[in-house]
Amino acid sequence: MTAVAVIVFPGSNCDRDAARAVDDVLGAGTATLAWHAETSLDGVDAIVLPGGFSWGDYLRTGALARFAPVMGAVREAAERGVPVLGICNGFQVLCEAGLLPGALLRNDHLHFRCDEVPVEVASSDTPWTRAIDAGRALQLPIAHGEGRYHADTAVLDELERDSRVVVRYAGANPNGSARAIAGVCSAERNVVGMMPHPERAVHAWMGSDDGALLFESLRLHLGDGATDPNRTELAGALAD
Amino acid sequence: MPSPTDTLSELPVVPVGEPTADEIAERSLWRDAALRDDEYVRACELLGRRPTWTEASIVGVMWSEHCSYKSSKHLLRTLPTEAPHVLQGPGENAGVVDLGDGWAAAFKVESHNHPSAVEPYHGAATGVGGILRDVFTMGARPVAILDSLRFGPIDEAGEGDVGAEVHATRRLLAGVVEGIAGYGNCVGVPTVGGEVAFDAAYARNPLVNAMCIGVLRHEELQLGAATGTGNPVLYVGARTGRDGIHGATFASIEDPHGRERSAVQVGDPFREKLLIEACLELFATDTVVGVQDMGAAGLTSSSVEMAARAGSGIEMDLDLVPVREPGMAPFELMLSESQERMLVVVKAGTEHVAREIFERWELDCAEVGRVTGSGELVLRASGELVCRLPLAMLVDDLPERRWPVERDDSRLPSLDLGVVPDVADGAAGAALLRLLGQPTIASKQWIHDQFDSMVGAATMVRPGSDAAVVKLHDTDRAIAASIDCNGRWCSLDPRAGAAHAVAEATRNVACSGGRPLAVTDCLNFSSPEVPHVAWQLEQAVAGLGDACRALGTPVVSGNVSMYNRSGDIDVLPTPVVGAVGVIDDLAHVTRAAWTTAGSLVLLLGSEAVALDGSEYLATAHDLVAGGAPPIDLALESRVQACVLEAIAAGLVRSAHDCSDGGLAVTLAESAIAGSIGATLDLGAVASSDLRTDELLFGEGASRIVLEIDADHIAELASIAARHAAPLTQLGRTGGDDLVLAREDSSLLRVPVTDLASAWRDALPMLMNSEPHA
Repeated sequence: MTAVAVIVFPGSNCDRDAARAVDDVLGAGTATLAWHAETSLDGVDAIVLPGGFSWGDYLRTGALARFAPVMGAVREAAERGVPVLGICNGFQVLCEAGLLPGALLRNDHLHFRCDEVPVEVASSDTPWTRAIDAGRALQLPIAHGEGRYHADTAVLDELERDSRVVVRYAGANPNGSARAIAGVCSAERNVVGMMPHPERAVHAWMGSDDGALLFESLRLHLGDGATDPNRTELAGALAD
Repeated sequence: MPSPTDTLSELPVVPVGEPTADEIAERSLWRDAALRDDEYVRACELLGRRPTWTEASIVGVMWSEHCSYKSSKHLLRTLPTEAPHVLQGPGENAGVVDLGDGWAAAFKVESHNHPSAVEPYHGAATGVGGILRDVFTMGARPVAILDSLRFGPIDEAGEGDVGAEVHATRRLLAGVVEGIAGYGNCVGVPTVGGEVAFDAAYARNPLVNAMCIGVLRHEELQLGAATGTGNPVLYVGARTGRDGIHGATFASIEDPHGRERSAVQVGDPFREKLLIEACLELFATDTVVGVQDMGAAGLTSSSVEMAARAGSGIEMDLDLVPVREPGMAPFELMLSESQERMLVVVKAGTEHVAREIFERWELDCAEVGRVTGSGELVLRASGELVCRLPLAMLVDDLPERRWPVERDDSRLPSLDLGVVPDVADGAAGAALLRLLGQPTIASKQWIHDQFDSMVGAATMVRPGSDAAVVKLHDTDRAIAASIDCNGRWCSLDPRAGAAHAVAEATRNVACSGGRPLAVTDCLNFSSPEVPHVAWQLEQAVAGLGDACRALGTPVVSGNVSMYNRSGDIDVLPTPVVGAVGVIDDLAHVTRAAWTTAGSLVLLLGSEAVALDGSEYLATAHDLVAGGAPPIDLALESRVQACVLEAIAAGLVRSAHDCSDGGLAVTLAESAIAGSIGATLDLGAVASSDLRTDELLFGEGASRIVLEIDADHIAELASIAARHAAPLTQLGRTGGDDLVLAREDSSLLRVPVTDLASAWRDALPMLMNSEPHA
């Protein structure tokens, strides 16, 4: 059975939400919470870095979390091609760790903003969006104070050229992100980071179930046989 | 640990640098420990000797208004607190009610008014932190925060002093909102609702009340009793510093601006988040005997209250308390209100379990003492006895205060509508737009957008509808909650005003599909030493009791905040009420927004309205006079039962409580939220002698606007008849305008988009910020 690790940093506060969303869409028991002190994530099929305020976001969002032991394991897994999704604070951590380009700066209006916003899926070519047609609009929650995507022009041009912008704000830009970028992927396309919270939109009663499509995409991707031969054994070890 | 003190003759020593017991007596230094003269005399009598500085400080803080409720205890005793569904009433850290199927909700509201007045960000932030601890202390996982806020005017474009005050209030509002956001968002508990109102009486003494709701299984309930002689007392969480010393006494004196900022604490939501997770993990191990957070009066109140509840005793060695800085005196350690700390009593021999969990979460965990059977609080420092006080003296024997009660009629202006011109023909639309832009009525989206209202992934109804709704994970149930109070009504008629607060909070819960179960209250008043204020307090508590009894919603927790005055300005009496209800079926979750064009719009409930104390009179005529609107609690109960039955029968598309601004504002809000117009005839609502302004903007209780499928009218009418609840058809939704008429004469026609911009843009524009889509 599929094993998705949801990383728990001290201060993560969407970890249980992400695990529940994964289980709701992919089946109970799929998600396992993985403690920040873990040094190995061998055998997991996918990794989610959840939202929250890792280490209180002291110093700078994600700046301390990138030094957590588990981040070495995340990097290794990413290099092996394991799908990694960073949501909100998780996106910030991935940028700080250099697994994704750019940085998330303070919102241009200087306030935290929680809202439901329309976003457009700009690329279907990632494990997390392959079940979604490019150009499709999704309604997803946002909740952040530092979500203004920033990178220098050369990087932005490269991201655009390689279709590595994965999601883009479709309505008013809620934070001043460069080119309305809400999420990007790595050059190898398996590592995706986004400010919107798909885990908060997986049932109609939540106001939108569009976020479930990201986890459905993962199912589709993994169903294609992108598996690690060790995963069953190690997923069991993680569950302990 | 030194052996438990059992030598009755052993007396405390005086640490170097502190006044001796005799010096305290001779130089009247008890006043610096916040003891009144007669209280000091009483303390000496009870103790049989003069207290040391450490002891006097502890007595002073335990006998402070904030900790002891000495001026309100006799009134609070009159409130109904019991019902079959109440699992825990007042007296613990939070009240607990049964939600069915083994689930329960723990909740409480608390004030942080004084700290927020001088340091808005940290004052508000630590208010949130404190109420979260009160709730997870009960073994519950916090799932929702609601806030009730009061500020001075933010919309007077004045010059000079007036302008400066308005700007200061805007900064205060911005700071408080950022503080709540900074703490709640980081700790990961959604802020799902609340209310904000503005009045000059709050200009220098804002009110910041925070309510938290947590969810637990019945068997997970934790209580704050230090039982079992010999059981270890553990200090867990953050270290103790010199912040917040005398915070509780600070909240019990007049004029927050007269004290220094050192009485304000600084919060660390990151540490609180770790504390929540570590505590819930510890509670699951079944090693905990009792637990209490170190809130007001820190280590003092937590240790004293836990031992007093158990009828035991407690002995602590202050040298073992984790500290941020060396050299803290015993009284400083005992009075510090450093945040994110808890006191936990565990079963002897299981200390290692707690230690391992807290170490994993990178939090301090120190064994600082033991439970004893002595009935005393015994403290040691540097190997010496520094405090020895009977617990009964601290919690039971304090002198209760019965301040003189006298109504001052000069503060109760009567209303003569004869001298107030009715709204002119053709001017009603403009009057409505003006009311919608009035800060108390206007959209609070500018505020709510700064709060994470969805973390936890359980929020079904976000801020802005009648009640907030949060799903109980793994069930088909949800919690509905609302927090309300109209301070202006309470100032004009505190008894009716307080009853209105209960009625409105529970009505909001009912409109959202929730069965109201119980309430929590936060009594914000000025100085009880002013006879008129003592009268307001007495009347308001009576009104709360009236309504809670009539509506079957006991008071299960609460807080009293007095001395809310600055200079010679008393705040309006503001007994804030937070109601919690359960929605038994997710299909019953109901919102205020109109959903469908062509629906039938009806008014369910009372025809009685008044302009007394209304938002309209204040806005249009700068007049605050009269009583509170009439309230018939028996009718209120029937109206709530009726709306719940109609919702359960699947008849209701939307329901919206009719409150501030009256019927016209209520209709406008449902139109704005649903982006749908309506054409309505209000003529059938009231008798023909009602003035136009009363009809449109008159306020009252027991009134709900319902939207239904026209095919369901017969069924709804029969339910309403069975509950003897008046039901009046107003017209249909549809179109782009809100069109209101009174029989043949048109009252107003305004495009919904115009209503929406007046309502949405007001606050962002006042706060100097761009409105967003």
